[in-house]
Amino acid sequence: MANIMIRQAESGGLTFYLPKRDLEASIESIEFDTPEKWGGELKLDNGGSYYIDPIAKPPPSAHFPARQAPWRG
Amino acid sequence: MTTLSREETDALIAEVLEVYPEKAQKDRKKHLAVNDQTIEQSKKCITSNRKSLPGVMTIRGCAYAGSKGVVWGPIKDMIHISHGPVGCGQYSRAGRRNYYVGTTGVDSFGTMNFTSDFQEKDIVFGGDKKLAKLIEEIEQLFPLHRGISVQSECPIGLIGDDIESVSKKAAAVIEKPVVPVRCEGFRGVSQSLGHHIANDAIRDWVLDKRDGAAYEGTPYDVAIIGDYNIGGDAWATRILLEEMGLRVVAQWSGDGTLAEMMNTPKVKLNLLHCYRSMNYISRHMEEKYGIPYLEYNFFGPTKIIESLRKIAAFFDDSIKEKTEAVIARYQPMMDEIIAKYKPRLQGKKVMLYVGGLRPRHVIGAYEDLGMEVIGTGYEFAHNDDYDRTIKEMGDATLLYDDVTGFELEEFVKRLKPDMVGSGIKEKYIFQKMGIPLRQMHSWDYSGPYHGYDGFAIFARDMDIALSNPTFKNLTPPWKKVVEDEAKKAA
Repeated sequence: MANIMIRQAESGGLTFYLPKRDLEASIESIEFDTPEKWGGELKLDNGGSYYIDPIAKPPPSAHFPARQAPWRG
Repeated sequence: MTTLSREETDALIAEVLEVYPEKAQKDRKKHLAVNDQTIEQSKKCITSNRKSLPGVMTIRGCAYAGSKGVVWGPIKDMIHISHGPVGCGQYSRAGRRNYYVGTTGVDSFGTMNFTSDFQEKDIVFGGDKKLAKLIEEIEQLFPLHRGISVQSECPIGLIGDDIESVSKKAAAVIEKPVVPVRCEGFRGVSQSLGHHIANDAIRDWVLDKRDGAAYEGTPYDVAIIGDYNIGGDAWATRILLEEMGLRVVAQWSGDGTLAEMMNTPKVKLNLLHCYRSMNYISRHMEEKYGIPYLEYNFFGPTKIIESLRKIAAFFDDSIKEKTEAVIARYQPMMDEIIAKYKPRLQGKKVMLYVGGLRPRHVIGAYEDLGMEVIGTGYEFAHNDDYDRTIKEMGDATLLYDDVTGFELEEFVKRLKPDMVGSGIKEKYIFQKMGIPLRQMHSWDYSGPYHGYDGFAIFARDMDIALSNPTFKNLTPPWKKVVEDEAKKAA
C-alpha cells in the first residue's frame, strides 16, 4: 500500500502526490466521480495508474492508501 | 554568441561529458538536459535528487545545513543548539543573512552559535549528559529564549545518542519546548532531506501546540511560508501583502518566532514562496486544517503582478480593489526602473546555478530587464521542481542538475554568458575568467530582491555587475602563463 495524497489543483483538476518519492503528477481520469462514490482507478499523466477504494467524496486535500493498478479487490 | 539550437546544445553536453570514464558519462548524462517546453513531466528528460558520486566536485550541502541553516535557524526567539562538534555550527554561523528585529543575546539569537562542542570523550561515552547540562546553562544565561531546538550533527546518529529523551526531560524542567531534530548530515543526498526532516519536526513538536487556544482572527489572515528574509526579503513581501489589506500572521521562518508558527494553523491561506523547502508543511496544513496553499513569485514586476492577482482571487472584492490600487501605485516606479536599466542590460545572457526556488523564480525578473537566462540548474531539486522550471525556461536552453565543478566551468566557457548567478564557491573562478558573478544565495550581501522595492535593488545590482569595466581588462592566471612563455620565447 502506498500512501498517496490527492489535492485540488489550481487549474481545477486533481493532482496526485506520492510523498515517499516526492512524485507529483496530474490525474487524467478517475473511475468514479460522484458525491456518493468517489475513487477507483486513477490514471496519471505520467502513464502510471493507482487504485483507491471508492468512498464518499473527500475534502479538497487528503491522504489515501492506494495500490498500484491493475489491482482489483 | 547567438543562442544555440537544440542539436548544438545536445552536442555541447556530449562534448563536455567526453572526458569522463564511460560509466560516469552515462550517469552524468541523465542529469543534463536540453529544455523542451512541450514536455510536461520532467522525469522524461532529467534525473534529480540522486546521490552525488565521489570524485566529482558537487556544490551540495548536507541535511544539517537544510535543517539548522535553512528552516530552523531563522526562527529568532529560539536557541538552536548545534549538537556535535564545533565546526558545523561555527562555520555556518550568520552566513545566510536572515535578518531579524530584536536584541541579539537577550531575546533573539539568530546570529549566535550554540554548540555542545563534542570532544573525544563525548564520542566514547555519549553526549547526552553534556546536552542536558547545556540546556540547563542556556536557561540560566538566556532566560528570555522561547524554546530550544537540538540540531544533530553527524556523530549523534553514529554513536546513537538519545536526544529525544534528554529533550523531553529538559522540556519538563524548563517548561519551554525543546525540539530534537534528527538532521544528521549524512542523511539523504543533499540538504533537501534536511528540509523535510525539519518540516516533520515542526509538524510533530510545534504546529499543533496551540490548537483550540483562543485566537482573534480576521478573514484576511495569511502566512508567508518559505521566505527566509535574506537581506530583508520577507519584509519587502510583507509590505506588499499588508498594503493589499491582508494580515500577515506568521513569517516562516525569516524574522519568525515560535508563537507565530504555533498560530499558523489559524490562517486562511498559506503563501508558499520556497516550494522546495516548505511544501511538506504546507501540504500537511492543507490536509489537517484545510488551509489551502498558493505558490507565488515576488521577483520582478511581471511575476509580482501575476502573483498579487492570484492571491487576491482568494479573497473578497475589497482586497481585489486594493490589490489593483497597489499595482497601479507601483507601476510608475517600475516603469522608471525598467526605462533606466533595460537599455543597459538588454540582450545580456545569464547562467544560473543555485538552489531552492531561485533557478526558476528569478527568470521573470531577468526577462523584465530584457536579459535572457540561457542555462539554469538546481543543487538539490526534485522532479517536481523541474516540472515547474521547464515552463519558465526558453526552448533549447540548458538544464543541469547537481552540476559538477568541471561541467559548470565548461558550460560557461562554451556558452559565454555575460553573467553567472551562483554561489561563493563558484564566484572567483568565473571572475578570474572575466565573467561577472552575482552571488545569488544571499544576494551578494545586498538585497532584498523580493517585491517591488527589491526589484529596484535587483536591477541596480545586475547593472553594477555587468557594467563593471574590471572584468574586460582581466587576464585569467592560466592564460597569463601562456602569455609569459610567449614573451620569453620572443
